[in-house]
Amino acid sequence: MKIHTALITIMLGLSAVSAGAKDVEYGKQLYEANCSQCHGMEGDGYGVNAEDMDVMPKDHTDTEEMISRTDADLFKAIKFGGKAVNKSVLMPNWDKNMNDDEIHAVVAYLRVLCCSNEE
Amino acid sequence: MKKMTPQHRHKLATGALMLAMASSVFSANATGIKEKIQQDCAGCHALHEEKKDDQLTQRINRKGPPLYYAASKYQKEWMQNWLQDPQRIRPGGDYFANHTVVTDEGDVIDDATLLKHPRLSAADAKSATAYLMTLDSKKELLDKQAYSAKKTSRRMAAMNFSKFKGCQACHRDEEDYGGVSGPELYTAHQRLRPEFIASYIRDPQQWEPRSLMPNRHLPDKEIHKLMDYFKILGE
Repeated sequence: MKIHTALITIMLGLSAVSAGAKDVEYGKQLYEANCSQCHGMEGDGYGVNAEDMDVMPKDHTDTEEMISRTDADLFKAIKFGGKAVNKSVLMPNWDKNMNDDEIHAVVAYLRVLCCSNEE
Repeated sequence: MKKMTPQHRHKLATGALMLAMASSVFSANATGIKEKIQQDCAGCHALHEEKKDDQLTQRINRKGPPLYYAASKYQKEWMQNWLQDPQRIRPGGDYFANHTVVTDEGDVIDDATLLKHPRLSAADAKSATAYLMTLDSKKELLDKQAYSAKKTSRRMAAMNFSKFKGCQACHRDEEDYGGVSGPELYTAHQRLRPEFIASYIRDPQQWEPRSLMPNRHLPDKEIHKLMDYFKILGE
């Protein structure tokens, strides 16, 4: 199981690398503007809005959880909101805040956030 | 243990200067109000539309809401009163990340970095409001659909706001409760023109291309339900 997790982590890491450092950097900027208010500046789910929320925002540094989601899952959740992936309505659709390329950049950053520090 | 973001460090460095500027605003007589506003307010508020290529950076660096469409957005009476006794509308500042500090208990807004709006005399508030009410850009975006408030249950309306629509994640509907990254909405009814509220909820990016607010694709009926709630809160 650990080997399996490690392999997936490496694959996700490679996927983020292939997305390009520029995409990841832009994804980070977009993440800060649109996502960090709930998910936190460090992506741990403890954003400035989290305190009074009924559902804790997802911890994007949770490697085990994040590797269970494909890039397509993450893209769908961001673009169409939590409801589209059977998650909380508190996660809104970001389809008018970011275009598809920008959402892909955020997904690339999420892969760095979740999986680049795995030992 | 607090960790400062780069934006936070920048904000601290400029904060003292901005506060010093704020204290001197409108200290002279009220002649030439247009020039005075251009001189004293433009540091934080856009008084003309600037179409920059990098609108995300423009939004991130913003210190206050744009005022070039003030007349399309605000209620005149509210503005004149508010300028004399300004209360914070955005608990996290105009861009929350510039005021966010990472702590072991979670991210928090460092209130010490938030700018205070200058307080104007009654005469200056009146003349400033009169001028700002001439800035009517984007008026063509104002909602054409007639809105008339409907009877609604406060409890149901609150639940719609928080649980069904998820607005409370970013906005407060009462003091000290709700999200801090967006403007509080318990004074929205007094503060904002109803045609603006409807139009902004329907399509925030029409007003601000890099608005941080999502477009929830709400039909008129649902938009009006939220406005009914703001009316209850404001009464």
